[in-house]
Amino acid sequence: MFGKLTLSAIPYDVPILVGTFIGAAIAGLAVVGLITYYGKWGYLWREWLTSVDHKRIGVMYIVVALVALFRGFADAIMMRSQLALAYAGNPGYLPPHHYDQIFSAHGTIMIFFMAMAFMQGLMNIVVPLQIGARDVAFPFVNTLSFWMTTISFLLVNVSLFIGEFSQCGWLAYPPLSEQQFSPGVGVDYYIWAVQLSGVGTLLTGVNFFATIVKMRAPGMTYMRMPVFTWTIFCTTVLIMVAFPILTVAMGLLGLDRYLGMHFFTNDGGGNQMLYLSVIWGWGHPEVYILVLPAFGAFSEITQTFSRKPLFGYKTMVYATASIMVLSLVVWVHHFFTMGAGPNVNAFFGIMTMIIAVPTGVKIFNWLFTMYKGRIEFHATMYWVIGFMITFSIGGMTGVMLAIPASDFVLHNSLFVIAHFHNVIIGGVYFGYVAAMNFWFPKSFGFKLNEAWGKRAFWCWFIGFYVAFMPLYVVGFEGMTRRMNHYDNPEWHPWLLIAEVGAVLIACGIVCQLTQLYVSIRDRNLAENRDLTGDPWNARTLEWSTSSPPPFYNFAILPEVHELDAFAHDKEAGIDTRRAGGDYQPIHMPKNTACGFLIGAFSFVLGFGAVWYIWWLAAVGLIGVIATVIARSADNDVDYYVPVSEVARIEQEHTHNLMAAQAAE
Amino acid sequence: MKKKILPRLTKLMSLSSAALLAGCTWDTLDPKGVVGAQEKSLILTSTYAMLLVVIPVCILTLLFAWQYRQSNTSAEYLPKWSHSNKIEVVIWAIPSLIILFLAVLTYQTCHSLDPYKPLEAEANVKPIHVDVVALDWKWLFIYPDEGIATVNQMAMPVNTPVDFRITSDSVMNSFFIPQLGTMIYAMAGMQTQLHLIANEAGDFQGESSNFSGKGFSDMRFRALAMPADQYSAWVEKVKASSEQLDSASYPKLAAPSEANPVEYFSHVDAGLFDAIVAKYNDGMVMDKSTGKMLHVQQSAMSDMNMKE
Repeated sequence: MFGKLTLSAIPYDVPILVGTFIGAAIAGLAVVGLITYYGKWGYLWREWLTSVDHKRIGVMYIVVALVALFRGFADAIMMRSQLALAYAGNPGYLPPHHYDQIFSAHGTIMIFFMAMAFMQGLMNIVVPLQIGARDVAFPFVNTLSFWMTTISFLLVNVSLFIGEFSQCGWLAYPPLSEQQFSPGVGVDYYIWAVQLSGVGTLLTGVNFFATIVKMRAPGMTYMRMPVFTWTIFCTTVLIMVAFPILTVAMGLLGLDRYLGMHFFTNDGGGNQMLYLSVIWGWGHPEVYILVLPAFGAFSEITQTFSRKPLFGYKTMVYATASIMVLSLVVWVHHFFTMGAGPNVNAFFGIMTMIIAVPTGVKIFNWLFTMYKGRIEFHATMYWVIGFMITFSIGGMTGVMLAIPASDFVLHNSLFVIAHFHNVIIGGVYFGYVAAMNFWFPKSFGFKLNEAWGKRAFWCWFIGFYVAFMPLYVVGFEGMTRRMNHYDNPEWHPWLLIAEVGAVLIACGIVCQLTQLYVSIRDRNLAENRDLTGDPWNARTLEWSTSSPPPFYNFAILPEVHELDAFAHDKEAGIDTRRAGGDYQPIHMPKNTACGFLIGAFSFVLGFGAVWYIWWLAAVGLIGVIATVIARSADNDVDYYVPVSEVARIEQEHTHNLMAAQAAE
Repeated sequence: MKKKILPRLTKLMSLSSAALLAGCTWDTLDPKGVVGAQEKSLILTSTYAMLLVVIPVCILTLLFAWQYRQSNTSAEYLPKWSHSNKIEVVIWAIPSLIILFLAVLTYQTCHSLDPYKPLEAEANVKPIHVDVVALDWKWLFIYPDEGIATVNQMAMPVNTPVDFRITSDSVMNSFFIPQLGTMIYAMAGMQTQLHLIANEAGDFQGESSNFSGKGFSDMRFRALAMPADQYSAWVEKVKASSEQLDSASYPKLAAPSEANPVEYFSHVDAGLFDAIVAKYNDGMVMDKSTGKMLHVQQSAMSDMNMKE
């Protein structure tokens, strides 16, 4: 009846987990209580959970990403504390069974549910506005993508309290992840979470590719597309190429585990090396899927706050596109030490380091965008400058690892950990946070508090160096990743310093939460309101509409004559909005609960399959199929916004705009 | 003036790296064998080459940010300027040149440091052979020429190349002695090869550098490099052990254990290593010198606790 699920699967004997459960339960009850108290369930359901509006889906993605950041960071600081303690005979406070789950969950959550969700949130909020579109190409698919990601994250968190998570690292290398060596449900949780969220991400990729190809405003040729849109465009291509590979990798591993097949097992003709090749065939493009949008955000921010167009727009586009292509031919650098011949290693090593050329060019381009500008040191610019320095160092250590003969001694060491945190925190995370600070007023109509933004930056920036520079050192001292305890006296002081760094980063996260709190509290102060829709005097179309934009984005679709269309129109004195113009009824999609339902049934399917509760899995699967059929048969999915409604909303914005201009 | 700067810089650089390295034994930067030494010099060379561009970029970032700050109205402001062919050429050329240099270095070192390539030794020094098996969670070392085996400790004479054949009778691990250089994966059903040498005597840390499950952190061994006569004595010591490793006692050893103590076996069945590889390959094993697939003798296979 309940498959493998018994009462003993509940870890009530692990105090850390019981405490976490109580904390999560109290927080969850508080949220539920507050929503009930204010009677917001209907609003939440109608306006958010079932919304197909890309702007709201974007915000929900980022909320999920911030929760994932919190969970992933909790894992991180637990690992650092374990390694600060577990020295010279002290076993620390996390036995391997628990510790191994934590490092596996940390990587999985940070990549799939923090970074990917954050990135998809940003692209949802920005891209349609930036290309002058009213929505994405497939609004229903968009809400489906969001729910697939969210329920997968939920599945990972359920594993905290029911059963266990994978203990095989964030990529679950076989044969360790096979039934023979990992008979528990941990790897199954991992497979289903990754697989289901992969569906969401792949659909996002298709959706935004179609949106960018088909829905750009009239006159916006490819070479007039803003750089952020370009980077998202390349990212969607990479998603469409790489995520099917991940689906195959997880599928084959699942077949091994569930049906006793032999794709990656030790015996029966299985080959573990195949798994490494397949998983990194996805895994390396994934890194660029994450970092390209960050590059795009840095470009937008740098040009805006340097008060000057981006230096070398074309170079930037070609550099982005060449990184996209090159990222597909470098995956072997993740296993130079598997015995490939010198020519194979040399090819993939050289391909990898060639990526440093377009990336280096990008850094120079940002540098020369600042050159002879008038740089406003807004909080977002702090992240940009911090990024340029940190990422240059991370790029350098990346090239060191790309040289196979250097990798022979650095592979799998903490040097590698330091390197990829150097680029993922210093590149991806700094970029997303800068982007969040930059585009926040567009979503909500008020600015984020700058003082707390800068404090968050300093904590993160210094915290990063204190936490990860020591890991480069212990990497050189031969310390491998994923160790639970050690007795090497050389490593201990460095790991203590790293723990201090983790605490500093925790302060950074607290500053970010405070920033959100203070900003929301002070949202109605005049200096924080964004009445014009263009708080930074920026250059691209998303700033030409109100903040927050009306649900249809643009009453009249903008026409684009040049790169940086909005800057061009402002200079030429053109009324971008053509306020009071000849409005037409606007065709919009209706909200739908189908995305939520498919997500919910997928969760049931995943949970049932993890525990071998086959009737429950069947319920989930049938639910998914039935919802898809029902949705396909439903013709009542769209409507027209009447002209009077459009005129009313636009007049209100014009009124605000004029008041704001008069106040200046 | 110019003439003076370069030597000064070089001196500064070597001083700073000396200060950085002083007083601590950064294993991979404190190599005791020629393989590790070459890898160290490769790491340093490539780092210096890249610092040529990374340091200026970091300085320019701070310099430009400060110079063109909003409040500095005396700085030149070109609100339209966004293109310069000259700068474009330079910013593509500089990284390209450095990568070109590193690419050549990469190609050369991929060949010169290929772990499968036998090392050159002084005349009349014969390499020793060691077969390594990664088990849950310990390392088994088989000395086929001596007919002995050890667990979690290996020895080698100094200045003598060691030819490793490496496999696993469990999950994937990675065989690594940081102070001697190159690591390589250990995988069931497969044989990887590695050639190392210790040019100084010492007691080096050896480890698995690929996560392999709950006993992973204690899956360590000592690699002892010693003069030839001491090495012979060590072999005799192992030969004096009362324990023997054959197809009957092997399954007991292969069963999972954590923080396994050092063990000596005075006798090991010839063909044990091949049998371990072959049991995942329908009884076949590849002869690395000829590339031919051979059948392993049934006697060595029998009794070996097949896991499936």
